[in-house]
Amino acid sequence: MTAPTAHLLFDNIDEPGLNTLAVYERRGGYDALRKALQMEPRDVVSELEASEIRGRGGAGFALGKKISFLPQGSMDKYLVCNADESEPGTFKDRELMQKSPHMLIEGIVIAAWAGGITQAFIYIRGEYLLQAEILEAAVVEARDAGYVGEQILGSEHTLELVVHRGAGAYICGEETALLDSLEGKRGNPRLKPPFPAVQGLYDGPTLINNVETLGTVPAILRMGGAEYAKLGVEGSTGTKLVSVSGNVRRPGNYEIALGTPSREIIYDLAGGPPEGRSIKCWFPGGSSAPVLKAEDLDLPYDFDTLAKAGSMLGSGAIIVVDDSVPILDVALKLARFYRHESCGKCSPCREGTNWTVKMLERIERGEATPMDLDIMASVQERIIGHCLCVLGDAMAMPIGSMIEKFRDELEAHIESARERADREALTGNGGPGGPALEPLPAGAEGH
Amino acid sequence: MSTPEIHVQRFARGSRVPGWDEAADLDKDPAGLPEPATTPVPDELRETIEAAMARYPDRHSAVIPALWAAQERYGWCSPEAVEQVACVLRATPAYVTAVATFYDMFEQRPVGRNHIFVCTNISCSLCGADELYAAFQDAAGEDADFNVRHFECLGACDIAPMASINGEYVGPLEPDDAQRVVDELRAGQKPLPEKWLRNRPYAGAAQS
Repeated sequence: MTAPTAHLLFDNIDEPGLNTLAVYERRGGYDALRKALQMEPRDVVSELEASEIRGRGGAGFALGKKISFLPQGSMDKYLVCNADESEPGTFKDRELMQKSPHMLIEGIVIAAWAGGITQAFIYIRGEYLLQAEILEAAVVEARDAGYVGEQILGSEHTLELVVHRGAGAYICGEETALLDSLEGKRGNPRLKPPFPAVQGLYDGPTLINNVETLGTVPAILRMGGAEYAKLGVEGSTGTKLVSVSGNVRRPGNYEIALGTPSREIIYDLAGGPPEGRSIKCWFPGGSSAPVLKAEDLDLPYDFDTLAKAGSMLGSGAIIVVDDSVPILDVALKLARFYRHESCGKCSPCREGTNWTVKMLERIERGEATPMDLDIMASVQERIIGHCLCVLGDAMAMPIGSMIEKFRDELEAHIESARERADREALTGNGGPGGPALEPLPAGAEGH
Repeated sequence: MSTPEIHVQRFARGSRVPGWDEAADLDKDPAGLPEPATTPVPDELRETIEAAMARYPDRHSAVIPALWAAQERYGWCSPEAVEQVACVLRATPAYVTAVATFYDMFEQRPVGRNHIFVCTNISCSLCGADELYAAFQDAAGEDADFNVRHFECLGACDIAPMASINGEYVGPLEPDDAQRVVDELRAGQKPLPEKWLRNRPYAGAAQS
């Protein structure tokens, strides 16, 4: 079997001591920074544009374009590295920061040089205690070695870098909520425009990028943007860290060239579903992505193909659900999560997530009719595009896709739950909070 | 119908936090900036908060680091802790409370000092996290030393089902591990080092 991994960021990532400066330098670390500092910032931007790398955090926006949107001039500009990785199913940034923190720091220093930025922050989620400690130590090492601070390596580039630990809020992964949180407020999203590139942190122009995106910058500088663009496929260049989890035999991170068939990632790398099980559905890009079914497994794993299939590559987190799991359980789990994490600023999201949970619970209690599915679907439609940020959409899209693709199963679930509730009302036991439905037997189709 | 549970805020030693049964007094002016002369702040806490304030262009950015420091010292974001943070930050207690109540990891009531956060999000629950959470609840029982919570995606689905035990990511866990974890925590040990995420190799390495 030829393994479909393609290692660029995670090449020999488990080398002992790679989190220290000494080992990172021995492997050629910070050479890309030296190279970048000898170039004009606009030439660095050109290299990044030539690489055609798209953001790895979820939206897939081109990095080079994002930097070029920053206004020129000598005002205070900021770089924020989004390390709030909280999209369910995603854990790639965690492994990168833990094992190769200097790769991220080098990328931040180069991107800051390209954008004329003198102050950078890494906003890391509060739960990643170990990774925050490792990053803090790495920043101290980098500062002592002259890679961070004033006049970096004798150049005119100056950069202050602060590691900022969050305290547990999914919404802070959204870029404008993250900025509010970093300014010391509750993490509520802001109205866009103005976009952060124009008016972001402390009202200054701000470049916000994901850990993986910034971590790739040294590799792009090292090999040249045009060479990097040869990896992957057109429209989705480069390699991607994919987090595979759920009902698979070998969950974990895998670095692949974009455009690799999804089936190879799920089966050859992650081992596929457990013995005797088949795939019912899978989330290609975190729990906010509309689900795809087993027949979509041959789709190449890249931004444009997945968008065309009605879903998205998102954060690169594949969650596999096998045929033993009722789709209602998945929907309810998701809806409860988004209800909890909705910041409450916009009504469609605050109320819509709550209504969705209540309607799904009605199904479980045996009080729903198939008409409720239509009402639920219409609630999802009314959330999408009607809020300041996409948290509401992040629930509405997968739930909407489940109602559409698993309507038969949900109707059967409604029917069997009603029958069970009727039976319990007659015999006088159970009722609300009674025994949960049995999982479907192996091999059963979702009907 | 079950009646909603009323949470009475208590200090670590068990006595009630004053004011728990008083309705909000709408005639009262909101609390202003705490008076530094009459608000005792431990030197160590003050230094940590001031160092954090110096790292940012705007001192308000230090509110999360400051609350972390206060929570580490007092175990939760008590009214006194909030008052002290507000005093050093030169912000109102209302501002600090607004921030503290937004984030899941800031405790709003006294909790046990052993934190067990069980991830019960989608990937972990597909691998049995709900049973694991129930097992931890049973194992810790009524012991006030334990703070067992279910948490939303901790970002470690590769070791699902998992828990963050006093900040250390541990998994994959079986429901049977719960009792052992609780016993070892009671004995002052760090449980299950063989299942720590920090030692886990990159999954893709075996494939190349």
